[in-house]
Amino acid sequence: MDWVLIITQLLNGLQLGLLLFLLASGLTLVFGIMDFVNLAHGALYMIGAYFCATLTEFTGSFLWGLLIAVPVTAAAGALLEISIIQRLYSKDHLDHVLATFGLILCFDTAVHFLWGPEGKAIPLPTFLDGRVTILPGIEFPTFRLSIILTGLLLAFVLYFIITHTKMGMLIRAGASNRQMVSAHGIDIKSLFTVVFAVGAAMAGFAGMMISPITEASIGMGNEIIIVAFVVIIIGGIGSIKGAFLAAILVGLIDTMGRSFLDTLLKLILSAENAETAAPALSAMAIYILMAAILAVRPQGLFPPKGR
Amino acid sequence: MRDQIKRGHYSYALIISTALLAMLPLYVHVSGDDFYLDLANRLMILAIAATSLNLILGHGGMISFGHAAYLGIGAYSVGIPAYYEIHNGLFQLLVAITVSGLFALLTGAVCLRTKGVYFIMITMAFTQMAFFGIVSIEEYGGDDGLVIDTRSTFGNFFNLEDTVTLYYFVFVSLLTSLYIVKRIMNSRFGMVIAGSKSNERRMQSIGYNTYRYKLVCYVLSGCLCGYAGALLGNFTNFISPEMMDWTASGELIFMVLLGGTGTLLGPLWGAATFVLLEEWLSGITTYWHFFFGALLIIVVLFVRGGIDGLLKRIRLTK
Repeated sequence: MDWVLIITQLLNGLQLGLLLFLLASGLTLVFGIMDFVNLAHGALYMIGAYFCATLTEFTGSFLWGLLIAVPVTAAAGALLEISIIQRLYSKDHLDHVLATFGLILCFDTAVHFLWGPEGKAIPLPTFLDGRVTILPGIEFPTFRLSIILTGLLLAFVLYFIITHTKMGMLIRAGASNRQMVSAHGIDIKSLFTVVFAVGAAMAGFAGMMISPITEASIGMGNEIIIVAFVVIIIGGIGSIKGAFLAAILVGLIDTMGRSFLDTLLKLILSAENAETAAPALSAMAIYILMAAILAVRPQGLFPPKGR
Repeated sequence: MRDQIKRGHYSYALIISTALLAMLPLYVHVSGDDFYLDLANRLMILAIAATSLNLILGHGGMISFGHAAYLGIGAYSVGIPAYYEIHNGLFQLLVAITVSGLFALLTGAVCLRTKGVYFIMITMAFTQMAFFGIVSIEEYGGDDGLVIDTRSTFGNFFNLEDTVTLYYFVFVSLLTSLYIVKRIMNSRFGMVIAGSKSNERRMQSIGYNTYRYKLVCYVLSGCLCGYAGALLGNFTNFISPEMMDWTASGELIFMVLLGGTGTLLGPLWGAATFVLLEEWLSGITTYWHFFFGALLIIVVLFVRGGIDGLLKRIRLTK
């Protein structure tokens, strides 16, 4: 076996997993506390990327672009929550799906109108645009490594906030029992807005981090949001811990499946059959995982207590 | 009183729309403009698909976010045999219904163990599996899709090559499926389904195995949508995995909700509004999706009970 390739792909899987976590953490909080299905979370991922592309162009530096685009995306999220989303909380899940599906159409078209149909590339500063040697004989792109490091850092910060601060306590309480929290005199409406804005910022940040690799494009959120939903369903809705573990699991399975499944299948199938079955199976792998987990545990791996 | 009005409302609306749809080829023959025939074909096929979704979503309260899978399965049941030069319509329709039914049985058995949002998401996950399954089979075009060069034939009796024949075939199919769904809704079986929507625990305590009833309903709905998919494949002459994209499932939900969930004709109104709006808006501006999305949000926020509910309210206030 080729150890260099395996380690590189493990890191790539970890990087995908952490990006998914950035998206899924906001999604699972919004979902868990407000019981709100937000398909439009992927649209925030997209506009984050576009804000960053424009601001990078404007300031001439990716880091400044990033630094300004994150609060701008958070503000956009808060605005969205106050203007439209707030009115939807009292409706049922079917209405959520439909209205946020409408929001996706609006966002995609608005981006098409404002930025044009072509994608926008984000140039990286030179110190991020190289490769570093992480182990003797193994090189890894600097930028991907920095995604992993910032992702881990953010996950840790989020974990700290959720488990060790008063705000986090309220969020956890809200995920378990919303009515009880508001009965204690907590202003849950403002808490919702803040959580939504933070979720938007995290999603936007994920979009900003992926765009230098893939470039910002219309509809970029529509594929990944479905995967993010798979992550939070596997992890158990409302659980940050579940979202983190499921995101890493999904990232690794997806990446490793795409690179090594044909080699594995060749051990039990003929080469020709393995070549045709591998791409199908690896694309389906995460959905099969989700179906299998839901069949055994209909509430996901780590459902919040007290539901 | 209310029931009588309801019945009257249905029969009037149904008679008028049936008569209009039945006469349409005549108008097209006179004006020589095929455009409206194509529009009506698409409208009626989507109405059958929306009706099938309404069976589980409206009557059974099972919010499937993956119903487009059956459209795809149905379409590929026409496309793949046609690829091997098998154009027998009966065979193709049988394959479409059987495969859709099996897919619904296998996935439904797992999906129905879950509730609420988990159900929405797991139905979507299975459709994504079908999507990626088709994408990766390069023999049948993969991502690029498959062209159906010959439409279904039914022995020496007729074939669907002619647009007017296809039109009447779809028309009769629509009426038949509406009739079947109405019979199902009013049957004892339909009552059990409606009962388990409003209070599943009570139905269980009366002694019904609601899981089995819902599974049968789920399979029936899948079969009907697979049939619609076979018609859609015939109509478009080109099929691709895009038909199974999750946005296509979202559009089906939109049609059902816009028309009015749990009503017989709601899906028909919904599909009609969807197709006509799409046609009208896309003629006005390239950015029509924006207004379409805004409309979705407005419908959710302000229009209760869909178009069917609106029609009923108008009649009741008279």
